Amino acid sequence: MGKTFAEKILALKSGKESISIGEIVTVSPDAVMSHDNAAAISKKFKQIGVNKVIHPERIVIPLDHCVPAATEKYALNHKVIREFVQEQGIKNFYDINTGVCHQVLPEKGHTLPGTLVLGSDSHTTTYGAFGAFAAGIGRSEVASIWATGKIWLKVPETIKINIEGEIPKGVYPKDIILYIIGDLGADGALYKAVEFSGKVVRDMSVGGRMTLCNMAAEMGAKIGYVEPDEKSIQWLASRTEKEYKIVKSDADAEFERIIDYDISGLEPQIACPHTVDNVKPVSDVMGTKINQALIGTCTNGRIEDLKIASDILQGKKISRNVRLLVFPASMEVFAEAMEKGIFQELVKSGAVIMNPGCGPCLGAHEGVLAPGEVCLSTANRNFKGRMGCKEAKVYLASPATVAASSLYGEITDVRRCLK
Amino acid sequence: MIIKGKVWKYGDNVNTDVIFPGKYTYTITEPEEMAKHALEDLDSNFTKEVKKGDVIVAGRNFGCGSSREQAATCLKYAGVGAIVAKSFARIFFRNSINQGLLVIQCKEAVENISSDEIITIDFEKGKLSCKKGIFNFPPLSESVLGILNDGGLIPHTRRILGIK
Repeated sequence: MGKTFAEKILALKSGKESISIGEIVTVSPDAVMSHDNAAAISKKFKQIGVNKVIHPERIVIPLDHCVPAATEKYALNHKVIREFVQEQGIKNFYDINTGVCHQVLPEKGHTLPGTLVLGSDSHTTTYGAFGAFAAGIGRSEVASIWATGKIWLKVPETIKINIEGEIPKGVYPKDIILYIIGDLGADGALYKAVEFSGKVVRDMSVGGRMTLCNMAAEMGAKIGYVEPDEKSIQWLASRTEKEYKIVKSDADAEFERIIDYDISGLEPQIACPHTVDNVKPVSDVMGTKINQALIGTCTNGRIEDLKIASDILQGKKISRNVRLLVFPASMEVFAEAMEKGIFQELVKSGAVIMNPGCGPCLGAHEGVLAPGEVCLSTANRNFKGRMGCKEAKVYLASPATVAASSLYGEITDVRRCLK
Repeated sequence: MIIKGKVWKYGDNVNTDVIFPGKYTYTITEPEEMAKHALEDLDSNFTKEVKKGDVIVAGRNFGCGSSREQAATCLKYAGVGAIVAKSFARIFFRNSINQGLLVIQCKEAVENISSDEIITIDFEKGKLSCKKGIFNFPPLSESVLGILNDGGLIPHTRRILGIK
């Protein structure tokens, strides 16, 4: 019987010939990511009583969660991190002018196929889009890895999700993953590795695959994974000089489940308050008034996301009742959007272009909500209180749907804006 | 270890944002201060009335969402003796163990426990006693128990590295 990607890579990283599902193995990650929480982690690291981190070259720290600092406390938090990376000789530190961790790590070549990447952020699953085994962990665990280079992981079962059919007009990777989460539920893939495959995934851009793997976390998955191909290898080519070895599931690997979706008849999808699995077709919630629209975050802040938004908004003005905030996922995306004239179109339509970062996604700053307000966002979470106010509502959708809705001031079927 | 306390019962998918709101994640650094905001957006009575040793009993996927460790820390420092759930989100489960907070997966017990009743948990024996009877739950794996017995991951790491 063949092995899955998850079984093969955890065997490789634990130095074992063979491992079985459910087994607990000790592994050495190739990269360990933390962001603004690196300050708290450095405090825990010092509690351990070790002076120096064991593998400074494996530590990656982008600042993104509250950049630039909104208050003195955030500023102090960043200062602690800058001093720590200096003291420890951590070279892979990316200050506030770089972008969101889940965009920055791939861009800087830290998420190669066949590598093991752990991060103190639940959406670390994003890097599976490049064929890495990437999972979220907690702060103490990162501190412990800084000290020892090792951690325990349980070998997960794998669910294979085949996505077939022709992508209908107005439907994007975000709609597909929202539909799947709505179908399987918030714990539909709890503890499991999720392997996305099928024609739709093969035809999908690298950015779209990142959206799928990013949101695998919202159905409880340990990792998301897409088998590397020419497209992802090409994307990485200019970003690393390191050698890597692709690891993929054997043709006769045993999956816990194989789930087939044909998305040919899918319409744009919306995740309604206050859970990500509360997903409805846009026709059910059309007309819901919105106060704020957000395009960006680690889920949908890439160039193709900004491009589709500007295509929809081109030559039009957003509703006077809506604030449209645009957060490019990284400075690389920002620069490309400037070059391509995307920002010009967005600004002419009434959008506010923000700096790369997480923005108000987790309720820290740059556009938090007031009681009674509604936000339609391209982010990955809509929990109560998520955007800073428990009496506000957050709906989730694709960048295209958010752009279209900002024109009308209400949740809108993007297909009415497409030729 | 024996835990005896009052039950605070909640439903499925209790997420980390309602356990410990994201807006506090970089501004509150002390565990005692975190405890004052435990379950703030889910149950405003919780921090006012919770007593040391009380038990949270919940449905599926407890602690889903963010990786924030404060979600486990705030509950531990609020006095929670254990969390019994039908299932746990994986990062929350790890964070709880790493903070030395007992987590017990037992669907049958959850279905038979009512809010406000007093229950007793014998962690070593894997037994939970409530009004409707006694329920058994499986032990944690040895490596995970090792972390819990050392009082969490930081003290565990110190022990492994031989730091006194």
